Amino acid sequence: MENIYLKSSKEGQLNHLNPKKETIQFLLNYSKALVITDYKMMKFEALLN
Amino acid sequence: MENAQATDATLVNAYVQGCEKSLSILITRHQHRIYSFIYSKVFDKDVAEDVFQDTFIKVINTLKRGKYNEEGKFLPWVMRIAHNLVIDHFRKNKRMPKFENNGDFNIFSVLSDGDLNVETQLIKDQIESDVQELIKELPEDQLEVLTMRIYKEMSFKEISESTGVSINTALGRMRYALINLRKIIEKHNLILTN
Repeated sequence: MENIYLKSSKEGQLNHLNPKKETIQFLLNYSKALVITDYKMMKFEALLN
Repeated sequence: MENAQATDATLVNAYVQGCEKSLSILITRHQHRIYSFIYSKVFDKDVAEDVFQDTFIKVINTLKRGKYNEEGKFLPWVMRIAHNLVIDHFRKNKRMPKFENNGDFNIFSVLSDGDLNVETQLIKDQIESDVQELIKELPEDQLEVLTMRIYKEMSFKEISESTGVSINTALGRMRYALINLRKIIEKHNLILTN
């Protein structure tokens, strides 16, 4: 019984949540690699390594 | 340091102008709220990670394409994208439900491999050879009908034509063959199951 009452609530768990560093790093690298070029009315997307 | 205290609007503007560091600050600033929001809906860290990543990919694409209208509402806008992606996730899962093994329920208890493993195949072979021996104890006419029906997979019409007896007689012989076979099995105290 004690365990049931002592279990932290889901709201409590939410306070320590953050995405992985790898995910953030991926997003930053993706952003750096993504180049959008305007040509007249068109937009060209390129992912540079 | 200067950037770290800038407003979201300033950072977004700087990012659109090509300052990659601004994006890093924006993500760091809002990652907890956005990730927690996603996790509070999906309750799965891996899914939350995926949705978080997809959210910012959309943000990056929109900003780089110059399609974002700055109205001082960067965070609500990102939250809306995350919310829509969470809905997409649940829609996709509804079409293809995902089962996970937790303590209470194991999917493999209801799903099984249709093929026999080596042990059950051996038992099956043994049972089949035992049955072939047992049916030899049946009277000739019953054995004939049973063999044609079970091993040659003939219909009762074909059996009646082949043996020259009526369909009803063939059916009766089959019935007695099975009754007698059960009696033989009982007599020998055999258990013929997997």
